[in-house]
Amino acid sequence: MGAGFVQLSLPPILIGVFAAVACALPGNFLLLRRQALIGDAISHVVLPGIVVAFLATGSISTWPMLLGAAGAAVVAVVMIEAIRRLGRIESGAAMGVIFTAMFAGGVLLLEQAGASGVHLDVEHALYGNLESLIWFDATGWGSLLDPAALAGLPPELPRMAGATALIALATRLFWRPLTLATFDEGFARSVGVPAGAVGFGLVVAAAVAAVAAFDAVGSIIVIAMFICPPAAARLMTDRLTAQVWWSVGFAVVSAVLGYVLAGYGPLWLGSRHAVSAAGMIAVVSGLILALAAGFGPRRKRAGENLTAA
Amino acid sequence: MLDQALSALLLQAGWNATLVALGAALLGAAAGGAGAFIFLRKRALVSDAVAHATLPGVALAFIVMVALGGDGRSLAGLLAGAAGSAWLGLLAVDRLTRRTRLPEDAAIGAVLSVFFGAGVVLLTVIQTMTAGRQAGLESFLLGATAGMLLEDAVVIALGAAGCALAVVLLRRPMTLVAFDPGFAASTGVNVARMDLAMMGLVMAVTVVGLKIVGLILIVALLIVPPVAARFWTERTDRLVAIAAGIGAVSGWVGAAISAAAPDLPTGAVIVMVAFALFLAGLLLSPARGVLAAVLRRRRFARRVHRRQGLLALAHDEPILEPLTRRLLRREGLLRADGVPTEGGRAEAAKARLDEARWAAMRARRDDAEAARYDGLTPIETVLAPDEIAELDRRLGPRAPEGA
Repeated sequence: MGAGFVQLSLPPILIGVFAAVACALPGNFLLLRRQALIGDAISHVVLPGIVVAFLATGSISTWPMLLGAAGAAVVAVVMIEAIRRLGRIESGAAMGVIFTAMFAGGVLLLEQAGASGVHLDVEHALYGNLESLIWFDATGWGSLLDPAALAGLPPELPRMAGATALIALATRLFWRPLTLATFDEGFARSVGVPAGAVGFGLVVAAAVAAVAAFDAVGSIIVIAMFICPPAAARLMTDRLTAQVWWSVGFAVVSAVLGYVLAGYGPLWLGSRHAVSAAGMIAVVSGLILALAAGFGPRRKRAGENLTAA
Repeated sequence: MLDQALSALLLQAGWNATLVALGAALLGAAAGGAGAFIFLRKRALVSDAVAHATLPGVALAFIVMVALGGDGRSLAGLLAGAAGSAWLGLLAVDRLTRRTRLPEDAAIGAVLSVFFGAGVVLLTVIQTMTAGRQAGLESFLLGATAGMLLEDAVVIALGAAGCALAVVLLRRPMTLVAFDPGFAASTGVNVARMDLAMMGLVMAVTVVGLKIVGLILIVALLIVPPVAARFWTERTDRLVAIAAGIGAVSGWVGAAISAAAPDLPTGAVIVMVAFALFLAGLLLSPARGVLAAVLRRRRFARRVHRRQGLLALAHDEPILEPLTRRLLRREGLLRADGVPTEGGRAEAAKARLDEARWAAMRARRDDAEAARYDGLTPIETVLAPDEIAELDRRLGPRAPEGA
């Protein structure tokens, strides 16, 4: 647990934790509103946006890519709504059409970009590069207090931390309208809560979390963290506040345990090579969900008898 | 390049490419048909979970085959592994939905991401196993037909033909269950077993399509054709047939384009072709298309302008609105200086009489016929001649404005 850990493992673990929490927070509300797959859709549609930004600027820089991703997310939302209204198509199918088509378009654009010989590929977009986010300037725990070394942190870390703080703050500030609009839209409207705007804001928050996390950790973690920790938390408690705290806890455990298992697990088994941290984090969150589905105190629907089943 | 695409399209690009094009077309037809059933059953996104759940099976099958001394690239073996883990994924979605309080979409998302994550972990294990040698399993993500072995093409073509045959054989009971499960049960169809068969069919299509379309985008081949077909028909049996047709064309054309441009992932090309067909429906469909809606709206606006213009003429009011003037002039009802022609005066009188008859009728009646008043429908299309004569008698001789 010395210099090597601070240099190699601490930044990826922290980035993983921040990404997991940023996705799990809006995930709680999306789950209760039956919009759990929005995270899945968003993480597919940002690909063309990122590729277009890359083709336009010619370099892999952060802000154009974030803007491109956000633009693509907006285009997707508008197109899904248009298809739903114009074609009178059910929203799940409309979503399926748009996110697969946009992802396919992104893949084809990526091939064009790939011809120019820059490293940007589909696998990167899917798995991220968590393991490569290394803090070169760190010499030990003391570097955490050393401004010169801190300046050399991987830029993904402060960015992800900022996005997570923003989303946590928004969740706290809009807690009341969010809960009201999630549980009873009609009542929320009647007491003056703009339920439509709240729903839209929630999707925007999810998009911010997805785009920020996407670049650092890849889309597998994004999709898994939107759904698994909140779903497991939902099986633990009936109260929303408790559910959100459970989900944050599950997200943190998944990120830390997943990273450690991916990095050190193979060593314990005698192999010299680490496995994908992004994949392992998703697997750990799935195991947590499986445990909650088997033993969670609130795993049944209201009215179903736990002992009889 | 165009030549190559054309020759692949016409099945002239060699035995291998022909088999791939036929396989892709059959696969597209089977996917479109099977997709139509789950689209009607509103479970389209379950197939996404099934597709992503194939990855750990493919990787595990590769590892097992290598451990047994093979080179791990036998397509049949990999597809068997894919089917195994897809089945587990389906089971997990079912368990989570039925045994816990979680909704189906959450179960789908959880299974999709966790199984895919497990597959990625296994892929990195394979990378270390083969130590530099490319296992080529990445082609299962987005599909690749370039350099496909003949025996692989045969496996895919046969599998796709089997799926298409199953769609044809099971179309009646499946349509029934998809459209109205309650009625299907009352006619003696085993709904639970049909649902299972439906999901089995989706799974089979997914597994067969892994090599051509890839597991990330195969769901598009199940979702896009039925949604595109929905623009062209209101009948379920036709929906299934049209969706199968759109899927077949997408597979065929996509495989041909991909034969000419082997660098492009085949799955993405096929999906873009399907999406183009979808857009064509969205724009051009006579009943639900955007173009038809715009035309309908324009026609309606013109009728309103014409009617209001005629009523203004009848009341000797000047017409200032430019569109109204243009419409009436084009029909020869109005002169350039804004004075009505002979024909214009006659039409205006007719419109005024119609308006007066409607007013008289609506003053007396409050029924479905009276509710059809919209300022456009001529009263002759609603009332019988004797009823109109009765109205005219009430209005008094030659005094329509009395109402």
